Parts: sequence; structure tokens; C-alpha cells
Amino acid sequence: MLDALTVAVSVAALALAAWCGFAAFRDQSTKDWHFIGMAVVTFLVLVQLIVGIVQLVRGEKAEEGTTIFVAYLLGALCAVPIAGFMSLAERSRWGSATVAAGAVVLAVLEVRLYDIWTVG
Amino acid sequence: MTATQETRGTEEPAGDGTRTRLVSGPGILLVWLYGVMSVGAVSRSIYQIATEFDRAPLAYALSAVAAVVYAFITYTLVRGGETARRAALVCCAAELAGVVIVGTWTLVEPSAFPDATVWSDYGYGYLFIPVLLPLTGIWWLRRSRTAVAA
Repeated sequence: MLDALTVAVSVAALALAAWCGFAAFRDQSTKDWHFIGMAVVTFLVLVQLIVGIVQLVRGEKAEEGTTIFVAYLLGALCAVPIAGFMSLAERSRWGSATVAAGAVVLAVLEVRLYDIWTVG
Repeated sequence: MTATQETRGTEEPAGDGTRTRLVSGPGILLVWLYGVMSVGAVSRSIYQIATEFDRAPLAYALSAVAAVVYAFITYTLVRGGETARRAALVCCAAELAGVVIVGTWTLVEPSAFPDATVWSDYGYGYLFIPVLLPLTGIWWLRRSRTAVAA
């Protein structure tokens, strides 16, 4: 369940990065549709956070420790919304580039989350 | 000193207030990346120093130094102004020196580092962002000065 979510979030994050990166390339600021995209990605991460915590409560263990696991889950949750707010402050292509960078950071965090959770 | 700098700030054409804004345009991307590195480095060093400092004191101390540098640069970028711009420029140079020195050190003498630091192998574990950030940072901060002078 958690692994499937991790893959889903990574794919969604990379898609968002490509989309906002394209907007930056075309010299456009973030639009309503981009924010809907960010909301979808953030919702997925929120589900992941809840599922992760539920699994911890049910007694499953994260390979690299609970603290690191929860810290990364929270970090993943914050990445895209904060970048989104910064793009509201910067209504230019650079705002879009910031959201793209935020989505890439999220994808990297997902790879680390996978390592942290999985044994081996 | 600070007062003089801020008075100068009011004379500067760039920016919307009394200080030169460093977070407009590409600066917002830079401040985001520095923010991410700050959060990453600060939380990492707090965790490592709190739980397992004895295992690799040198590596974790260096990570903590990196964290402080990142946090300070983020703060100066957000604050803006000529003093902050210069402070950030010095810190970016220090950061670049740190990445190069620690990166070389970890390659020449790996035994000194039982665990990785943020700056190990020139920031390999962080997609080389630690070595790319100060370069773009220095470029951006120098360019901001040119814009002010023009």
C-alpha cells in the first residue's frame, strides 16, 4: 500500500515538475490549473502521511527508524504547498520554476522515503 | 554601519521598499533551494548530533556548520538590502570553499569520515546541489549589484 502510494506520488510529482517547468519555459506564471495540480499532488502526499502513520501505529517498523520516517513524510507534505505560495508571491516564470523545483524535491524525498521504509 | 547601509537602500532604484529585493525573479528559485537545503541540513545535523554524535564527530560537526551557513544565507536572501547582499556573498564563497575542501577531503581520506556529511564527495548525495548553489548564488548576488548600479 505504502509502496504503491510512493510510486504514485513520485509519478505525480514528476508530472507536476514537467508541467510547471514547461510553463516556466514558455515564460508563464502559475495558473489556476497548476494550483489544482499542486492540490492533487499534496492530497496524495497527505494520504501517504496518514497511511504511513497508520502502519506505524499497527506496529510495522520503518527500516531506518520512526523519527526519520515521520520527518520525511512531513517534509514531503510541505514541499509543494510552500513552493506554491512562493509562486503566488512571484508572478513570473520564476514562480513556475520554483514549483517545478519543489516537485522535483518531492520526487527525491519519495525515493528516500522508499529507502527509509523498505528493509534492505 | 547598518543605518548607513539602509539609508543607501532608499536611494536604490531597484526594489519596492527601503531594501534591494533579492527574492524577485530568479532569486525566488534560489531562496527556495537554499530553504530546502537549510531544512534538510539543519534537521539532519540535529538528528545525527542528538542520536549518534560519537560515531562520526567530524562529519556531523561539519554538517552542522553547513546547516548554519545555509540557514544564514536563506535569511539574508529573504531580508534583502545591501548589507545582507554582501553577507550572503561572503557566505556563498565560504560555502563554495567548504564544499570544495570537504569534498576533496572525503575523497583523499575517507577514513576520517565514517559517515557522510552534506558536503561529502562535492555534494554527490544531494544531486551536486551543494556545489551548484553557491555558484548560482554568487552569480545572482553579483548581478543584483550590477542592476542596482545601473
